[in-house]
Amino acid sequence: MTNCPTLIVTVGLPARGKTYISKKLTRYLNWIGVPTKEFNVGQYRRECLKIYKSFEFFRPDNEEGLKIRRQCAMAALNDVRQYLSVEGGQVAVFDATNTTRERRGTIIKFAEQNGFKVFFVESVCEDPDVIAQNIVQVKLGSPDYIHCNTEEAIEDFMKRIKCYESSYQPLDEVLDRDLSYIKIMDVGRRYLVNRVLDHIQSRIVYYLMNIHITPRSIYLCRHGESDLNIKGRIGGDSGLSARGTEFAKSLRKFIQDQNIKDLKVWTSQMKRTIQTAECLGVPYEQWKSLNEIDAGVCEEMMYEEIQEHYPLEFALRDQDKYRYRYPKGESYEDLVQRLEPVIMELERQENILVVCHQAVMRCLLAYFLDKTADELPYLKCPLHTVLKLTPMAYGCKVESVYLGVDAVNTHRDRPEVRTLCLPHYIISLTRHFLLTAQRM
Amino acid sequence: PEEEAEEEEEEHLFTSVPQFCNSPTMIVMVGLPARGKTYISKKLTRYLNWIGVPTKMFNVGQYRREAVKIYKNFEFFKPDNEEAMRIRKACAAAALKDVTAYFTKEQGQVAVFDATNTTRERRAIIISFAKEKGYKVFFVESICDDPEIIAENIRQVKFGSPDYVDRDIDEAMEDFIQRIDCYRASYMPIDDERDRKLSYIKIFDVGNRYLVNQVQDHIQSRIVYYLMNIHVTPRSIYLSRHGESELNLLGRIGGDSGLSPRGQKYANALATFIKGQNIRDLKVWTSHMKRTIQTAEALGVQYEQWKALNEIDAGVCEEMTYEEIQENYPEEFALRDQDKYRYRYPKGESYEDLVHRLEPVIMELERQENVLVICHQAIMRCLLAYFLDKPADELPYLRCPLHTVLKLTPIAYGCKVESFFLNIEAVNTHRERPVNVDINRNPEEALQTVPDHI
Repeated sequence: MTNCPTLIVTVGLPARGKTYISKKLTRYLNWIGVPTKEFNVGQYRRECLKIYKSFEFFRPDNEEGLKIRRQCAMAALNDVRQYLSVEGGQVAVFDATNTTRERRGTIIKFAEQNGFKVFFVESVCEDPDVIAQNIVQVKLGSPDYIHCNTEEAIEDFMKRIKCYESSYQPLDEVLDRDLSYIKIMDVGRRYLVNRVLDHIQSRIVYYLMNIHITPRSIYLCRHGESDLNIKGRIGGDSGLSARGTEFAKSLRKFIQDQNIKDLKVWTSQMKRTIQTAECLGVPYEQWKSLNEIDAGVCEEMMYEEIQEHYPLEFALRDQDKYRYRYPKGESYEDLVQRLEPVIMELERQENILVVCHQAVMRCLLAYFLDKTADELPYLKCPLHTVLKLTPMAYGCKVESVYLGVDAVNTHRDRPEVRTLCLPHYIISLTRHFLLTAQRM
Repeated sequence: PEEEAEEEEEEHLFTSVPQFCNSPTMIVMVGLPARGKTYISKKLTRYLNWIGVPTKMFNVGQYRREAVKIYKNFEFFKPDNEEAMRIRKACAAAALKDVTAYFTKEQGQVAVFDATNTTRERRAIIISFAKEKGYKVFFVESICDDPEIIAENIRQVKFGSPDYVDRDIDEAMEDFIQRIDCYRASYMPIDDERDRKLSYIKIFDVGNRYLVNQVQDHIQSRIVYYLMNIHVTPRSIYLSRHGESELNLLGRIGGDSGLSPRGQKYANALATFIKGQNIRDLKVWTSHMKRTIQTAEALGVQYEQWKALNEIDAGVCEEMTYEEIQENYPEEFALRDQDKYRYRYPKGESYEDLVHRLEPVIMELERQENVLVICHQAIMRCLLAYFLDKPADELPYLRCPLHTVLKLTPIAYGCKVESFFLNIEAVNTHRERPVNVDINRNPEEALQTVPDHI
């Protein structure tokens, strides 16, 4: 997706959502497979200063403070260089106020020297309610204000913002017309997009234009237990078992009790999710992209049968469950790619219930909870359990509700001892010969 | 009630595309003449229809040409020409009436209202019309002051316009420039303050900069994304299938076989052809299947593999011949002939599914410049349908023979197509729709149009 690494640089007064955007963007890019890391200069400052006394540190005439802050920015940029040039990172998100043209000039020069593309993300907001809400949600809990009471903290933070205001030079339509940037105004009411250079910047802009901060919850669950589940067979397109139908009814009651405003319901195009949604008695939308992972030649097999007929494949899968692709089927990595439009639309939506499948739910969950590719295929998503995700501060609150209807367990843990410990190239070679032999 | 329930179930099962919009949407263009409004309108309409959103364009200039049979000169557009003003207002009203008919009688979902709409007054009329009917409105304003771009625009599309059919180039250019001036004095761009409650995108200098305000829903978000990815830099897109494969020779569909000897010859011929075209910075894309990769290998340049370019999954029919499909799944075979676009192979895909998975490919093709896409028959049909604006019922029958490169060059409002057969023989894999598509037809009728194979 990218040739030269990209440096995303946030711009904006304190409490404008820069860190929120940085973390969310980093999570999204990593999920779609673009190695991304964020560098929060405030963190560097906290490591340097150990104890935060008051807003006075940020006064524009505090020379000692300015020196330390400049050093911290440099240290962070150094780590950016390490990440992008040495560690194979593709995107670095430089999260700081970067409110002066001078500071941005320094960053641009740094990027030029190192062959990085620069893309600015400026957040502009003057709505006092939004800013107050922001402070309450993330600043009061900050390490800076651990020893203050709420009023003290808010008062100090407002004075902190004031320290930046006088020297704030927003990105200028004329002076900065050669820079690549997006200006986000009033939490997404309006955007100004300038000089998008490449694919990754285009995707970043699209993503940023689809996220919102309106409070809402996302409910994730699997279909009710299916007939093939009971038989221990993977994939297929079977209907619900008796217990699965019971779950669907319990789900209906649960949803009603939750009293959710304007709930949307999504399912896949497979019988078991559709039958589950049918019991809810509300309209639902079917997405083919939510269909379970295609197990190719292993469709409708039991794990014992896979072990018997495809022992090599079975072992390869355990070696790298995320990237492994069933012959004539899909990998988790493929799943993530086909789920990307679902995630994009989930970001746009508000209250929503997604009735899906084990592998699909693992992918969605990994996105919301920032799980790595390594962990993703082993996330626990048991049948008959609803996960309620509520975005909160910089992350997601998770509530797990088991609806009290028994079901089989379909979770297969990462095996302790790998059944095959041969180097990968020997396995690939063996596989190649086996397939060639099969053909003859 | 049982019938009703069945019908409803069928409706659910056939909704393979999530509903994009509930209320119909009007996209309203804004801008001086020669700012690319019609170019954008046509392209957007083509894209939306391709992804399955019924869209139609309403060009007020067309209505004007129908009302005023002969165009004399720019004087028609002078702001003090009361007679003309009356006609122009009537044309806009007629177009709006047709928009309503499109939404209410033809199940349209998006109408693109292509006119200058340069005054607040005109836009207010449209807004109030839409509000009354319950339509959403999204404005697309194109702002450009680069004289070179405007001149190029005039050259590309205005000279060929019916308005200037009998004029020589200099006359036409001069008249058109004065026409633009007629609008300039009264042009009130969308105002970021006064119009802050409207939903719109402002495109500056052909995509250098965008201002996006109050995106209301999914379809508007997709439209914004699309508009932000298209460009007008001249370039060509080369589409080709892989070289003839082993399974092609056997008349078998799908699978993942390698190239036949003739297929390999084609790959080499393709390499020669590409070199001969002398293309600047050519990107090469293939699928993840052996036959496209082997074809690209012969080119000796870097190529990118896209899983999304893999051939349509024929599910239970993978690697079968049409004769075997007729023998094992005669009913499925007939259903496919009845609606080849929407028909989904059991455990496989439909053309409609293909379009859905190819959308990111199209989006990236729009961003790119010179690209060669080495793909497969069904895939190429979908891509071609996008570029040549073919509807869903024609798409699955577009001719994409082996060993033939299609060179598409965007020009004016459409696409120039040049077809190059590279002179290496190959089997024919094109199966026309047979006459009898009834599920009770006999095998001969079903297999009537199957091309020859080993």
